[in-house]
Amino acid sequence: MAGLATSLGAGAATNSLSQMPDIDTLFLFGSNPTEAHPIVSIYLKQALRKGAKLVVGDPRQTWMARRADVWLNLNPGSNIALLNGIIHVILKKGWENKEFIKNRTEGFNELKKKVKEYTPEKVEKITGVSKERIIEAARLYSQADKAMIVYGLGVTEHQTGTENSMAIANLALVCGHIGRPSTGIMALRGQNNVQGSSDLGPLPATLPGYQSVTDPKLRAKFEQAWGVSLSPEIGLKSVEMLDKAIEKRFKGLFILGEDPAQTDPNAHEVRKALESLEFLVVQDIFHTETSKYAHVILPGASYAEKDGTFTNGERRVQRIRKAIEPVAGMAEWQVICEIATRMGYSMHYEHPSEIMDEIASLVPIYGGISYERLENESLQWPCPDKDHPGTTTLYTDLFSRPGGLAKFMALDHKGPGEKTNREYPLTLITGRVREHYNNGSMTRRVPEILEVRPEELLEMSSEDAKKLKISNGDMVKVLSKRGKIKVRVKITDRSQKGNVFLTFHFPDALTNLLTSEHRDPITGTPEYKACAVKVEK
Amino acid sequence: MTENNLKVTINGREVLCSRNETILDAARKADVNIPTLCYDDRLEPYGGCRLCIVEIKDVPRPVPACTTRVKDGWEVLTETVEVRRMRKNILSLLLSNHPNDCMRCEATGNCALQTYSYEYGVDGDRFAGESWNLPIKDDNPFIVYDPNKCILCGRCVRICNDVVMAGTIEMTGRGFDSKPDTSFGKPRTLDNCEFCGQCVSTCPTGALIDKKGCGKGRAYEMKKVKTTCSYCGTGCSYYLNVKEGEVIKVTSDYEGPVNKGNLCIKGRYGYDFIHSPERITTPIIRKGDKQVEATWDEALDLIAKRFGEILEKSGPSALGGFSSARCSNEENYLLSKLVRTVFKSNNVDCCARV
Repeated sequence: MAGLATSLGAGAATNSLSQMPDIDTLFLFGSNPTEAHPIVSIYLKQALRKGAKLVVGDPRQTWMARRADVWLNLNPGSNIALLNGIIHVILKKGWENKEFIKNRTEGFNELKKKVKEYTPEKVEKITGVSKERIIEAARLYSQADKAMIVYGLGVTEHQTGTENSMAIANLALVCGHIGRPSTGIMALRGQNNVQGSSDLGPLPATLPGYQSVTDPKLRAKFEQAWGVSLSPEIGLKSVEMLDKAIEKRFKGLFILGEDPAQTDPNAHEVRKALESLEFLVVQDIFHTETSKYAHVILPGASYAEKDGTFTNGERRVQRIRKAIEPVAGMAEWQVICEIATRMGYSMHYEHPSEIMDEIASLVPIYGGISYERLENESLQWPCPDKDHPGTTTLYTDLFSRPGGLAKFMALDHKGPGEKTNREYPLTLITGRVREHYNNGSMTRRVPEILEVRPEELLEMSSEDAKKLKISNGDMVKVLSKRGKIKVRVKITDRSQKGNVFLTFHFPDALTNLLTSEHRDPITGTPEYKACAVKVEK
Repeated sequence: MTENNLKVTINGREVLCSRNETILDAARKADVNIPTLCYDDRLEPYGGCRLCIVEIKDVPRPVPACTTRVKDGWEVLTETVEVRRMRKNILSLLLSNHPNDCMRCEATGNCALQTYSYEYGVDGDRFAGESWNLPIKDDNPFIVYDPNKCILCGRCVRICNDVVMAGTIEMTGRGFDSKPDTSFGKPRTLDNCEFCGQCVSTCPTGALIDKKGCGKGRAYEMKKVKTTCSYCGTGCSYYLNVKEGEVIKVTSDYEGPVNKGNLCIKGRYGYDFIHSPERITTPIIRKGDKQVEATWDEALDLIAKRFGEILEKSGPSALGGFSSARCSNEENYLLSKLVRTVFKSNNVDCCARV
């Protein structure tokens, strides 16, 4: 999301899901919505039935890729080269939106110079996508009236994740495909409240609402509301906290509802860091790999046990409602208040609606949001005041960068942090299947789901299976430089030759023991989508 | 946008409509309820069940409201003796091949056929004749199918093929033998079905039933709590059905701004973790190598003490918090507030940032 924030101003999807059926050309990039976002895929399928053209950028032959007018079957991690190549074609053919570039953007010349190097021939070599497909994708996207790019974690979970999303913004901006209904960039969010949790400030550089901690004026606003003085120094990112823990310079950590010991790549290092902490508090609804290292474990309340709000991937703030009492008697918001109060800072709310009122008073994009309004209305931020109807389409006149112009970013292809070699010749891509979710702590406790999808499956192409003399259903070892796991093989044409696929839903086949330590240097997001492995019988 | 410039009256109430709207749309604007069986907002109008027939003044024969676009000046009558008589006939015909075992049917209280039969005073005796006696299909963990209760409205087939595009079920057989089923009547598995339960959500009778909620309570016994799904970032809304403090099942919120009643396997069936016996139900403190149960007070006091000591000894830079994209906005805000006001640093992050 940092990518979109740099290029456009805000790290958020530009449009609404309900606008999707009217798309003319859909460019789906690094996203497998029929599995990971089934209800989004229903909107996209509606567009396809109405005749929308479909371009899919994905190394896997997904449901959507199978139905695409153009499938860009790129090598994992070659996103920037591919997007630069498409822009190269658009500029060469004169398909760009000159007026939009002139009036609403800056930095075009740098981009133009950069993409000049990315000829279709060169890009074909890097990405493995034929130049005919690149040219056809450029045509379908640039020539459409309503064109939308929908992207997923296949874009962001790379060491160049932030740059990948900037490259996507470049493409949309070159064509002027942004700021109109059914026309823009939709980033699909993997978890229920990714958007809300970044909006509301558990981030080291920004106070709630993307308000910089280094800005004295903004800090003063929060200092007045909170009644304390605030540190002007940017805090540590999660990775940095863990690194410093190993060095014994970071000592106490409160982990709310996360399981880095299972879901973080390079799980070995994370565990070492957690072990090194002097005091670790974990609050969760289940015991996790992470809670094994905790000095105190606090029971969490599930979403059915408390009032609150989630903000979805289209910036829509929606209520969750308490249906049953918290099984352990307290919900997280009450626990945090208790800890603060016991440490000498009085924190008290009667009901989560009061927390939202405080948020509205401090965070301009949530300024008009209250539980009272959410009873009868559905609101997407920015919603600055009580009379504002919310915003379905961003950037209709101005971008939210200083000066109101969007910025082109000239980017180079870097590729994945870990490349295949003779010893580890296959690229491992990780992702989800429809039936399960993340570390599986929720879905593996649904007996019916476990019955239909009981175990991890390594998806492998028939070519690779033949070469390795592996048959469907065989148990194999998957090894990377960092670890090995045992799984069953499923031979499928969803995997292309040279790529294999695993989910990360099953703790008995801990995929993240394999994934690489490379991260996006800007966001710290791990490169879950590409690492080098070998498969043995 | 098409203009709302057509004047239509429904039972004497005037409403303005656009030319894309049907009589059913107009009736909704006029707050007039027209009975439907094969209609679902999520599907293209089908006109199959004919229950929504209405009369229009100066139009010679009745028309189905769901598939007929309005014309300017139309005066529509939805409750005339004639259309009520015809609806009664339709319902009687449907009931002539229906088990009529409402007392033990899972759909009781949530069945359109039952509701309309009650409203129109219809029972199954009028057109006696051959009736189905087909085996109930209970071949998978999620969906039970009793074809005997099917009224052939085609909603399940259409939602599966047109909306989800899963192609799991189709109309099979011909004439009296036609019914929705999987191809070759094969059991539902992940190979042919997504188990999204969309077919169940659209079925107007008890033919398709969520197996997980079977026998656990009637629709009218449930407290229905509208909430937002806690899995992916799409933000679907639905109702948690609660009975005696237990979440029994999930039902669609057809007005949901994001999903209009559509759900996937996780949203519709993935709620068991709420009442899992493996939930942590009390605070736990590590003593030596063991983790032992504690009271809230013991745990919270220890946390305050230990964090306080680290803060004093090593300063704000040694303390921090990870928050989660799984937690609510309010919790994320508060954790950030805790770290910044009490830990006195900005060491707060979502550990899976993207």
